[in-house]
Amino acid sequence: MKLLPVSDTEVSPRILKVSRGTADKVFRGVVLAGAMFSVAVLGLICAFLLYRGFEIFKDFGFSFFTSSRWEAAADDGSSPAHYGVAAMLVGSIVVATIAVVLAVPFAMSVALYLEYYAPQFLKRTLVSILDLVASIPSVIWGIWGYTILMPHAMGWSKTLNHWLGWIPIFKVPVPIFERSPFIAGTLLAMMILPIITSVTREVYSQAPRDQVDAAYGLGSTKWGAIKTVVLPFGKSGLVGGTMLGLGRALGETIAVYLVLNLVFKVNFHILASVGGNVASMIATKFGEAGPYELKALMAAGLVLFLLTLGVNFLASAIVNRSKKIA
Amino acid sequence: MSESTPTENMQAETIVPSIVPTVNVPAEDRTSRTADNLEAKGQSGLEARGVHAWFDKHHALADVSLHFPQNTVTGLIGPSGCGKSTFLRTLNRMHEFIPKSAMAGEVLFNGEDIYGSDVNATEIRTRIGMVFQKPNPFPAMTIGENVLAGLKLAKVKASNKDELLEQCLTRAGLWKEVKDRLKAQGSSLSGGQQQRLCIARALALNPEVLLLDEPCSALDPGSTLRVEETIVQLSQSMTIVIVTHNMQQAARVSDYCAFFLSDGGPGRLVEADLTTNMFSNPSDQRTADYVQGRFG
Repeated sequence: MKLLPVSDTEVSPRILKVSRGTADKVFRGVVLAGAMFSVAVLGLICAFLLYRGFEIFKDFGFSFFTSSRWEAAADDGSSPAHYGVAAMLVGSIVVATIAVVLAVPFAMSVALYLEYYAPQFLKRTLVSILDLVASIPSVIWGIWGYTILMPHAMGWSKTLNHWLGWIPIFKVPVPIFERSPFIAGTLLAMMILPIITSVTREVYSQAPRDQVDAAYGLGSTKWGAIKTVVLPFGKSGLVGGTMLGLGRALGETIAVYLVLNLVFKVNFHILASVGGNVASMIATKFGEAGPYELKALMAAGLVLFLLTLGVNFLASAIVNRSKKIA
Repeated sequence: MSESTPTENMQAETIVPSIVPTVNVPAEDRTSRTADNLEAKGQSGLEARGVHAWFDKHHALADVSLHFPQNTVTGLIGPSGCGKSTFLRTLNRMHEFIPKSAMAGEVLFNGEDIYGSDVNATEIRTRIGMVFQKPNPFPAMTIGENVLAGLKLAKVKASNKDELLEQCLTRAGLWKEVKDRLKAQGSSLSGGQQQRLCIARALALNPEVLLLDEPCSALDPGSTLRVEETIVQLSQSMTIVIVTHNMQQAARVSDYCAFFLSDGGPGRLVEADLTTNMFSNPSDQRTADYVQGRFG
């Protein structure tokens, strides 16, 4: 071996090029088109809603978000039309929040049981049952919620109101407990349980084995190891799963339509028979809406669309971050 | 290329003689460990009797009986898949965390079988500590919290936590390096420091036995040396069992060596003796071949 003389000429980078065959190019084109198509659909829906609803935003400005009145113009022209989504927006958030608050602790327990306590055969069965629950159509949930869940939930409502009625949110101005945000939230909690459980379980299952071992090696119980290693590790997965569930709860239409009394009034008394959400309101009003009201519904749709889109984006960002750590 | 040949020859000549304890410890510690001296350590400590281990239907380890005298270091050596790590994990009941695992035989700890029906396995693991192959500090905790994590997990009370913290880190040879940043994350340390942090964490429970599963395999030579010094220091006050792939390491740190081998079936104990005998005059030809690097 001997050293070669060092060259003193100027160095210029050589361009390295990957040459692709025809088949490669065609396939690349096909998958790219698929990817672009879904982005385009998303953009077009957004543009369509904005285009159709623009007049409403122009006419009502910010009061579209702060007003709770939803009135078409009187036929004799005595009063002009007025549209505002405040009550529905608040209703959406109240109902979805109740759903998440009820579902998350339950989903966490199910995920931990499946991943760390259930015997193998039971785990497999339960996971497929949960997937099945996730695939139940909303209208079935709605009917079941109205006929089976509501009579029971009204009893729970009365109990809550009896003992905790001094807390403002459990107050009931008129003693009617049917079709309340609480009942809608309970139903939605069951509907979003599978998605939260499944995301959380996936992240819990990736908890580093060597750290679990470290906890055991220090004389920890199973619960100690879960608390020290698994829960901190799975925190962002739980948040991400919760956001996905929240996204679904915000956008749920038909089930909420069946178990929630639509009233255009901002209401924080969750046990009272007053509520609504943007999605079910659109479904209710769509059939009989005139051309101008239709525009208002489009505008409401855009608000809902952006809200769920935002929540979902946040969710996937959080879930991805947790995957990177793993 | 021809110039390098003398070096290769030199290396070939020095492989065997280089296997002598060279670790930087006070000379009297090692030299005082003569055979008589070690035998006199008595019958207390840890003892495996006819230990077998299975993973589901796979018989991984067969009929291992070994006594680990108090305050000695025993090296478990052998090629990959010979069952030495499995054996180590039967010694503090970590083996049972693998689904469908099973074991047979007895592990006597101060005369009592740790697999007895009335024995609390989590309590046993606080008295027989373990350090793993990959440094595994808890990432969400600070250095100080990591050291004291065992107290919380095993629900042990400590009278003076600051004192205990300093004592454990000192014994693990890490105090000087971290004393000014105990509130930093454990994961901010280098690999070697993390491993010594894990040793300190195990020491916080004041175990009588410390099991180390290839503690240096993920570390650089400098960190390895520091961990080895720590092990030798600790062996003055506790019984240590260390699994290692590194023959020089076994020679440097251990008083006794046990050689495991699998001939395709379950791993078995081939030979166990004073480390000096194992390296200079083993009674089994396979041991001689392995310690001289002819296979494995």
